[in-house]
Amino acid sequence: MNVTRRRFLKICATGLGSSSVVALGFPVTKAQAEVRAFKLARSSETRNTCPYCSVSCGLIMHSLGDRAKNAESSIFHIEGDPDHPVNRGTLCPKGAGLVDFIHSPNRLKYPEYRAAGSDRWQRISWDEAFARVARWMKDDRDRNFLAKNAAGATVNRWLTTGFLAASASSNEAGYLTHKVIRNLGVLAFDNQARV
Amino acid sequence: MTNHWVDIKNANVIIVMGGNAAEAHPCGFKWVTEAKAHNQATLVVIDPRFTRSASVADLYAPVRTGTDIAFLGGVINYLLSKDRIQHEYVKSYTNASFLVAEGFTFEDGLFSGYDAGGRKYDRSTWAYQMGPDGYALVDETLQHPRCVFQLMKQHFSRYTPEAVSNICGTPRETFLKVCEIIATTSVPDRTLTFLYALGWTQHSTGSQIIRTAAMVQLLLGNIGMAGGGVNALRGHSNIQGLTDLGLLSDLLPGYLTLPREQETDFKAYLDKRSIKPLRPGQMSYWQNYPKFHVSLMKSWYGAAATKENNFCFDWLPKLDKVYDILQVFELMAQGQLNGYFCQGFNPLAAVPNKAKLVKALSKLKYLVVIDPLATETSCFWENHGEYHDVDSAKISTEVLRLPSTCFAEENGSLTNSGRWLQWHYQGARPPGEAKADTEIMAGIFLKIRELYRKEGGPFPDAIANLTWNYQIPAAPSPEELAMEYNGKALEDLTDPKDPTKVILKKGQQLDGFGQLKDDGSTACGCWIYSGAWTEKGNLMARRDNSDPSGLGNTLNWGFAWPANRRVLYNRASCDTTGKPWDPKRKLVYWDGAKWAGADVPDLKPDAAPADGMGPFIMQAEGVGRLFALDKMAEGPFPEHYEPFETPIDTNPLHPKVISNPAARVFRGDADEFGKGQQYPYAATTYRLTEHFHYWTKHTRLSSIMQPEQFVEIGEELAREKGIRGGDKVRVWSHRGSIKAVAVVTKRIRPLKVNGKTVHHVGIPIHWGFKGVARKGYLANVLTPFVGDANTQTPEFKSFLVNLEKA
Repeated sequence: MNVTRRRFLKICATGLGSSSVVALGFPVTKAQAEVRAFKLARSSETRNTCPYCSVSCGLIMHSLGDRAKNAESSIFHIEGDPDHPVNRGTLCPKGAGLVDFIHSPNRLKYPEYRAAGSDRWQRISWDEAFARVARWMKDDRDRNFLAKNAAGATVNRWLTTGFLAASASSNEAGYLTHKVIRNLGVLAFDNQARV
Repeated sequence: MTNHWVDIKNANVIIVMGGNAAEAHPCGFKWVTEAKAHNQATLVVIDPRFTRSASVADLYAPVRTGTDIAFLGGVINYLLSKDRIQHEYVKSYTNASFLVAEGFTFEDGLFSGYDAGGRKYDRSTWAYQMGPDGYALVDETLQHPRCVFQLMKQHFSRYTPEAVSNICGTPRETFLKVCEIIATTSVPDRTLTFLYALGWTQHSTGSQIIRTAAMVQLLLGNIGMAGGGVNALRGHSNIQGLTDLGLLSDLLPGYLTLPREQETDFKAYLDKRSIKPLRPGQMSYWQNYPKFHVSLMKSWYGAAATKENNFCFDWLPKLDKVYDILQVFELMAQGQLNGYFCQGFNPLAAVPNKAKLVKALSKLKYLVVIDPLATETSCFWENHGEYHDVDSAKISTEVLRLPSTCFAEENGSLTNSGRWLQWHYQGARPPGEAKADTEIMAGIFLKIRELYRKEGGPFPDAIANLTWNYQIPAAPSPEELAMEYNGKALEDLTDPKDPTKVILKKGQQLDGFGQLKDDGSTACGCWIYSGAWTEKGNLMARRDNSDPSGLGNTLNWGFAWPANRRVLYNRASCDTTGKPWDPKRKLVYWDGAKWAGADVPDLKPDAAPADGMGPFIMQAEGVGRLFALDKMAEGPFPEHYEPFETPIDTNPLHPKVISNPAARVFRGDADEFGKGQQYPYAATTYRLTEHFHYWTKHTRLSSIMQPEQFVEIGEELAREKGIRGGDKVRVWSHRGSIKAVAVVTKRIRPLKVNGKTVHHVGIPIHWGFKGVARKGYLANVLTPFVGDANTQTPEFKSFLVNLEKA
């Protein structure tokens, strides 16, 4: 008996129980393989850029959920964007494993604090975290800000706190970071350009 | 990159040196394959290891790590002595004809003006001879004994094939074959591209290595050409963007520079940077510096920046020196820093000499780490046995760790190595309570501003007046920020040729940096990014991949800085009359009235060729510099200096000046350098195709593919040491020791250098004490704390180790 996928579905739909499938006279495993839907068929697609090296391959990220407000998206597959003029749909071994980066067990989820001499983290709220960082910074800046140098020239610099910026963050984050950090008077400012 | 990824397909010769694109940039390397398959290109790989790039090369040349200047200097000598250069290009588009000041000399490894005590040069003699009209003197016959061409010839005459082979360990015949292949591109219709990465930058002479390559390209007439250029294959997805945006100690966005503390006068600050032409009729585009600078100040301070207060010039911090990462960790180790922030940066792994870094971080009062992942830096106080042996109880640094989003959880743009800004979109929410970097910076800033409002404190002006007109102050949107760095009109802007015609109304987005003003009527956060988000919308999000010229320039895909130009200096792809050197590669051309073509012309659009405006518009001379004037720390011509740890303990060219005389070495670090007798093997760090820096050890798939730390050695060294593949070995430098599995290969062969056999040891960097891969040692346990004299990029690629079976 030769049953096409379409006809098989039709038979099921007309009310045959699953136990009756055996009676159809073909292996069940084959039938199950036939009905499995393409895993990307119902995913939502989002265009993105690989965050690793600066070939900056175009990506298509596939997520579950239709972007409705009450449906939480979860990315389950990433592949190269075939329209992208540089990578033309390909990804390297690193990029091919990107979905594991998003879902790495080592992703940080909450602000945490480690006290002096302690051997553990403790979870804190964002409010506490921002308040603590701002207090540290202001106390240090107030004590060590240099408005004028020995020659009496206005220098408005703060040398006792430094900042390393992320070269995987977006231009927008980078621009805002520069704007904030420089205007506190920080000169010990760097990014991965050197390493 | 002067050019871009797809443009590699236009090359006739591809040199991969100081990089390993097949493994580190695999999807970019497809354009090398494309050039080989469809443009009959020749691929040459020059590397201490027979890499996967080498495995598909037409010619592989081994070279000792840290000797690239000697190799390329030898190429220059070959081109000059055999007269294989692009004569018209060299004469018209380089400073070969310029006369050099009489005081300039080079003797026994040192240029004129050396101060041995300060390890630096007085560079005043590294200059042109100037005429009474204020312009530099030239000799177009290139015969004058003081012209750059003649001095260059003399300088590089020492780099004979024999000298190169002796220093680099490259067989003489192989070296000459490379020279011959390179020389084939000196004709106008063949081009060569150099592809490099950290294998050139991470040396104490890194900047000069790259400069030497640029000189080779100028001599061959390959800069500005499709399939030409000097192309940095950068390491991080937005390292180009962060550099462009000036997140470095001494920069402001768009390669503007922070004032030094001696620069107290605003007008003098601007004048010094508004560089006047050194030859008649040249553009010298930096003359527009005041427009870029004032527009940035308006962007940051809004109405508070006025002509009367010099647009808040005093508010900018003034430099006493450059606080690069090595300088900062040195100060931290001395206890001079109290606080440190690491935003998506893992310095405990990424800066040399781990022992010094742990000591330094332990002296901080507070450390704030902003990262999507649990990095080693955030956990530097945790004990991880042999891999990281510290006593938590003795470390009093308070640490805060703030979870940030990753690429998939935000909108925004990244700038690729080819200067393309490309927009990406959020696909999912971040895990737990993680926030975007923008929100975290806003959260910190708003809290500080509130504290200064309540409590007061020193100089609150720049904090209180910083423009912050975002719809949701605690979460500035990427779209708002992109519009801010593009810039807008603060008044109605009129056409300079017809003042009655308004070209932009107050509040409208600028079309590009050509509209910037120095009177405060425009705001722009990063002038070179102007044009990315205009009244037409977000040009970085464009997705038209059509390529009508076939050269791969896709002008309607994303946005490339500057001005959507895809190949820098493309005016140089034409002869002096405006006709393309190669009719098959027509990037731009003079159509009789204006510059037209398949790229955005890199010249004033209506500058007639007869007027002689040179193609290098950012330079005061309008031409490319074979002689670098005073722009480089260690000399106007590149010179071979040995790595600070050299297996031959001498410099065959000048034994009294072994290593870079202008490189900064901190006192304690000099004592930690090893000598060849104790540490006989030349070590070099490198990356694997399965891993990305210290991130992918946190991802399952990469950790399955390359689970365990190893070092790579050649068969000869393995035999000498009684090591078999799979044995555990101990590798140590003067700074520390690691254990790893030995991989014994044919890919690393011993080299004959200065009468001695030199073995290399390859050290992949991807392991650490955090992650889902097996624990390993951070490779920077071994590496020396010294950097390039110009950029302070650490010398990760050349140092000394010893090894034994563990």
